[in-house]
Amino acid sequence: MRIVIEITYLVSSIFFIFGIKYLGSPKTARKGNLFASIGMLMAIVITLFDQHVLTFEWIIIGVIIGSTVGVILAVKVPMTGMPQMVGMLNGFGGGASTLVALAEYHRINPNYPVDLGLPFNLPIDQGIAIILSLLIGGVTFTGSMIAFGKLQGLVTGRVVKYPLQHPLNLILLLAIIAGGIYIVINPGSISLVVIITFVSLLLGVLLVLPIGGADMPVAISLLNSYSGIAGSTTGFVLGNNELIIAGALVGASGIILTLIMCRGMNRSLMNVLLGGWASAGTAGTATGTTSPKGDVKSIDAEELAMLLDSVSSVIVVPGYGMAVAQAQHAVRDLMNVLEKKGVNVRFAIHPVAGRMPGHMNVLLAEAQVPYDKLFAMEDINDDFSNTDVVIVIGANDVVNPAARHDQSSPIYGMPILNVDYAKTVVINKRSLNVGYAGIDNELFFYPNALMYFGDAKDAMTKLTNEIKNL
Amino acid sequence: MFMENLTFLMHIYVFVLAIFVGFELITKVPPTLHTPLMSGSNAISGITIVGALLSAGLEQFTISTILGMVAVIFAMINVVGGFLVTDRMLKMFKKKK
Repeated sequence: MRIVIEITYLVSSIFFIFGIKYLGSPKTARKGNLFASIGMLMAIVITLFDQHVLTFEWIIIGVIIGSTVGVILAVKVPMTGMPQMVGMLNGFGGGASTLVALAEYHRINPNYPVDLGLPFNLPIDQGIAIILSLLIGGVTFTGSMIAFGKLQGLVTGRVVKYPLQHPLNLILLLAIIAGGIYIVINPGSISLVVIITFVSLLLGVLLVLPIGGADMPVAISLLNSYSGIAGSTTGFVLGNNELIIAGALVGASGIILTLIMCRGMNRSLMNVLLGGWASAGTAGTATGTTSPKGDVKSIDAEELAMLLDSVSSVIVVPGYGMAVAQAQHAVRDLMNVLEKKGVNVRFAIHPVAGRMPGHMNVLLAEAQVPYDKLFAMEDINDDFSNTDVVIVIGANDVVNPAARHDQSSPIYGMPILNVDYAKTVVINKRSLNVGYAGIDNELFFYPNALMYFGDAKDAMTKLTNEIKNL
Repeated sequence: MFMENLTFLMHIYVFVLAIFVGFELITKVPPTLHTPLMSGSNAISGITIVGALLSAGLEQFTISTILGMVAVIFAMINVVGGFLVTDRMLKMFKKKK
């Protein structure tokens, strides 16, 4: 039986690998997800035949509760709520790793539940794996829950600063490592294991709390990676290759996304994690940059409709503001009326637009915008200069030209969408307020820029109607 | 002192190779699919369910059983929620007709 189980785990791992491979192309992605879920089903079913699995009532209860909650969450979540959904699911994965490590520790401890005074020989490698599972799993669990809270608006999305932030986190981490070393040498100290668990949970809270809302794409990607690594360390605890493989795949995927997100902001991972950047915003105008002065020209729906009546190419640049206003369907309607007039409409997506990698793409897909109309920054940035009108919807920092030339700007060096090169840039925003980085956007004052004030959804609906009425 | 040394080394071996496979597979994913990739891979990280089942199904009822059962709940939420929501998203990705 042992051999059948191991071979099934191997086959299941192969399903995961093909699943992720197929997730890499829009045509095969659904199949990929199906492959991965089949792999998971195989792993779950075959584990029930393991010689250690002898009672089933608790398993059945757990599976029923977990599946029910999972189905409800998956069916109910709106597409705009996807970042927090992914954050929460991530957390459950990490939490499971911590719990399994704790369970395994108690199982192999001969002095639990009754202290028989027996020697507890915990192999060093297994001991290290248990401690790492507790640490990474715990940080993933609470960190993801805080990220969920921030995205859901339950916890402030601002950068939270607390006294001695960095020294405190460092001390906690060192304490966990020291405690871990002690456990590896003296495995019997159950209370210390519990303390390490709680400190890890606390560390997750403290690490994610300072990260601001717009840095969430990085935080979510990194937590995704952690949940994978936590799966791997659990694999080391149990000596199970499939957990190690699956965890490593997820860990690698999360790291790659994290790096892509950091590159999209021209910031180092450390800078994001330490909650740097937006400190400029909390300091008010003391950013070192002089606020751009000049007149802002605004335009109303009717004038904008007339402007759009005579153009041949339009690029739409969506940002988090579109998600907040749930304007994706209104944007799709606008695209449709413009295309009916023969206008070439495309979308330019900045890598860090929104609150998670690919956030805008999912929203626009929900609104049935074909994915081949969506272009990544590097694929469309050269086309702005021969585009008639760019419509920026709820994006700010990612279109701020200061990133290109103003060395004193906190976002200097960040790759931006070159919307200012277009003949006309229309910026839909509720106000002239600053974006996440807390700096003014000089684009609004450019001669070819027009502000179209209003809530994204209302503004786009109104615009679409005006175009129809022409 | 260590588990059987070679076993542990073999696990490290597998881990390192799997990371390379992961990097190879994922660098090719287009930005449009980043969210489904993340939620799909997230669901895969629910593989911890295997460890949870082993703990929850132990012959004797101890604290490990309770911890295991809660772990089964957590991991199942991760797995079921993750795969379903990924499928929901991917259903929407359509090319121009």
